[in-house]
Amino acid sequence: MKFDFTEEQKSMMEVGRDFAEKEILPTQEQDEKSHNFRREILKKMAELGFFGCVIPEKYGGNETGHLCAALLTEEIGRVSTSWTLPFNMQMWGPAFTILHYGTEEQKEKYIPALVNGDLIGLFAITEPNAGSDVAGMGTTATETDDGFILNGQKMWISNAHVGDLALVYAYTDKSKKYKGISCFLVELKNIPGIKTAAIETKMGLFCCPTGEIAFEDAKIPKSALLGQKGEGFKICMWQLNNTRLGCAARGVGIARGCHEHAIKYALERTQFGKPIAEYQMIQDQLATMFVEYEAARLLVLKAAYEKDQGNLNNTLSVSTAKYYAAESAVNASGLAMKVFGSYGYSSEYPVERFFRDAKSLQTVEGTSNIQKMIIARAILSK
Amino acid sequence: MNIVVCVKRVPDTETKVKIGGEGTKIDPAGVEFIISPFDEFAVEEAIRVKEKLGKGEITILSLGPADAQTIMRKAYAMGADKGVHLNDSSECQDTLAEAQALAAALKEMPFDLLLFGKQAVDYDNGAVGVQVAKLLNIPVVTRIIKLDVADGKAIVERESDLGKEIVEVKLPAAFTAEKGLNEPRYPKLMDIMKAKKKPLEEKPAQLGDPKLSIVKMDYPPARPPGKIVGEGEEAVPALVNLLKNEAKAL
Repeated sequence: MKFDFTEEQKSMMEVGRDFAEKEILPTQEQDEKSHNFRREILKKMAELGFFGCVIPEKYGGNETGHLCAALLTEEIGRVSTSWTLPFNMQMWGPAFTILHYGTEEQKEKYIPALVNGDLIGLFAITEPNAGSDVAGMGTTATETDDGFILNGQKMWISNAHVGDLALVYAYTDKSKKYKGISCFLVELKNIPGIKTAAIETKMGLFCCPTGEIAFEDAKIPKSALLGQKGEGFKICMWQLNNTRLGCAARGVGIARGCHEHAIKYALERTQFGKPIAEYQMIQDQLATMFVEYEAARLLVLKAAYEKDQGNLNNTLSVSTAKYYAAESAVNASGLAMKVFGSYGYSSEYPVERFFRDAKSLQTVEGTSNIQKMIIARAILSK
Repeated sequence: MNIVVCVKRVPDTETKVKIGGEGTKIDPAGVEFIISPFDEFAVEEAIRVKEKLGKGEITILSLGPADAQTIMRKAYAMGADKGVHLNDSSECQDTLAEAQALAAALKEMPFDLLLFGKQAVDYDNGAVGVQVAKLLNIPVVTRIIKLDVADGKAIVERESDLGKEIVEVKLPAAFTAEKGLNEPRYPKLMDIMKAKKKPLEEKPAQLGDPKLSIVKMDYPPARPPGKIVGEGEEAVPALVNLLKNEAKAL
């Protein structure tokens, strides 16, 4: 067992760190205030190869692996949680799923464009009445002679109104229950009958567009089907087992950002004549944050390592990492706010943003409850 | 167009430097090493010249201990083609002895452009680039902020206290890079992976006889605490008095 990073991995982390500090941080405060999704940041990340880590060279990727992608996500995430989302929206979600389930034609058409940022990707699972209960979805895809007709509504979809290519999950045969769900590659901007709208009521993640999608007799071609008819639920679970790794890495980024900010502040802030870092109760908070960060990171790296070794169905490791990283991100941001005192409650300092952003990770791509359910089922069946 | 860029491994500028080696050296324990930032400008400029001309070869030359190769790989990932590492673990502190080692290696390397950073951000002597040029008997322009290459010559800009100078110089020539010359690129992930496959030749450094050694290093004195002389208008005379007589700033 090795705990050392290679020189290449260290160089990549350095690129991620420099990128976050020089390309995201300078405009972050203003972008967060104005809820600004700057497409040029996505494009620059793409040009450096950030979304090609798990994609073969043949489709524009660089094959640096899941571990490298997780490390990059953490580096970006210690500055901005919003800008870690494209790792899932471009790479771990659409591109990697198409790589696994797509036809050669689908792979060539979409993967390079997702990796190089020409297409903005997304995936649409959740509906107004179907969250954790994926099979409870109501969206349907009715087969016709030359395609499918989509009807239904998707909700809380990242990139809904800015995205180009969506993995859309819908029932092709409701009578077969979850085995009647199929997955489609939908070019949102080119198909009549698709309406998107922004959701502006989020608590955080202000630089990530979130919205809803309505399908009204939206006709998509036969070639839009990803995998086989009825394979959608399986594809969905497979996809989530990859995007959850991305989520977990995002949480690690938050935990790191929070404890770094808290350490710096605790050393600078003086009360009762000495830096607050010298008080045991502050030390307890800092130590807790550090331990949880390290633990979450190791869980993420282990899950990523397993995927790089070819074990893509490592559900237990991924759910463990996702659950713990999300919870420790929320805990770290709460503790960091305490260390910062009143300033922790102010948008002048970054920790309140981390707090708002971290809360999303307990919900997205399988709630903490769902992760624990997966973990419990796995350990009980051993 | 053959371009050689000399790069040096230096402690990360964010490192809290500790004195080691019986008070005469920087203690390397726990220190992250990077390419000296001014050398990074030089690497970037070499790549831009090559890209503009559409041809050329960029060689990285570095004098230092074994892990100097790590920062050479970073220059490779940015776009350099190959490199020569002059291995020296003595941590020589005499710039002339180092310049002699670099010049000896450069005599066997054909080049049109020889680029340096204006100084390495460790000991900040800012001497090696000029010394190497002198040893090779080629012209040198220091602290350049713009470089244009055409027809066997270079037109460069440099800033001095007197204003901006525009200098034309015949190649081969040496240049030392100032901040503002360019903004170094981020290496692409793919290029980081390819960097380890690019050729890197290792040779022992033929250091000159060092004539200079550091006798003692010391930390800068702790800054005295700030003083509040009073509040509002009434404090002005006391403040002026202190600025004149104590700080001697007026």
